[in-house]
Amino acid sequence: MGNHDSHADLDRQVKVYILIFITLLVLTMVTVAVSRLHLPVAAAVTVALIVASIKGGLVASYFMHLITERKLILWVLGFTVAFFFAVLLLPLWTHFDAIIN
Amino acid sequence: MEIPYTVAERPDTGLNNGKIGIWLFLASEVMLFGALFATYLMMRTGAVTWPRGDSILNVPLATLNTVVLISSSVTMVMAWASLKRNNFAKFRLFQGLTVLAGFGFLTIKYIEYSHKFELGLFPSTNTFLAIYFTLTGLHGLHVIGGMAINAYLWGPGSKLWKTDPEHFTNRVENSGLFWHFVDLVWIFLFPVLYLL
Repeated sequence: MGNHDSHADLDRQVKVYILIFITLLVLTMVTVAVSRLHLPVAAAVTVALIVASIKGGLVASYFMHLITERKLILWVLGFTVAFFFAVLLLPLWTHFDAIIN
Repeated sequence: MEIPYTVAERPDTGLNNGKIGIWLFLASEVMLFGALFATYLMMRTGAVTWPRGDSILNVPLATLNTVVLISSSVTMVMAWASLKRNNFAKFRLFQGLTVLAGFGFLTIKYIEYSHKFELGLFPSTNTFLAIYFTLTGLHGLHVIGGMAINAYLWGPGSKLWKTDPEHFTNRVENSGLFWHFVDLVWIFLFPVLYLL
């Protein structure tokens, strides 16, 4: 965040924070409601992760100010996210690529 | 010796040192939780059967905890915005609410854990509970850490506001970044452990 935000900018930001807060609450209720539908596992996982990603994106973009952050931070996070998915998916890949005798 | 670039931006990074430091720390935290999420994924895909979280865990309490933590993220960002508006009294109010919300979260978690222990459900009971206690326990430790920093900035650490308000505002922003990260982790833990 820049250090020179005017009061008008800050007023606008606070309104955005409130809007994001309400959206996060609604999305939390959506997550719980969808889980009660007892969808098949693949569909349930997909929906839950999409909703969680939207919520996480809102927190990171607005509360953590990534939407206005310097490129250096975005590069650091870009690399981190790439390695995060590598850590998450590479073991899974080996699991589904088992040797069959 | 004075620590350089606590307020001014470093010419090479375009950021103050605190900001780049907290983001590098958060990057390492992403990898820490990433390793545990990968462990969860491997154990779940490798298991013959896996219970639905809501058959063992208390979803209403966890939903309430989600609301508490999301609310604390809003109060945290409002505390920072109050400092930007030079309103120290409001900062104290919102920062205090953030710390209280942290207490609320841990109290609810304590109720959840206690109930599990009363039922004889421990980390050693099965694989699901082992990963549940590991992930939520580590997350809980992060909540405690965030609360300690936030409480310090609410109390004795706030003296800095009188001598160097911009530096203090940066500290609050950085502790806020950590707090939002703790919220972000919970946003993923909640559906993964409780709802799927």
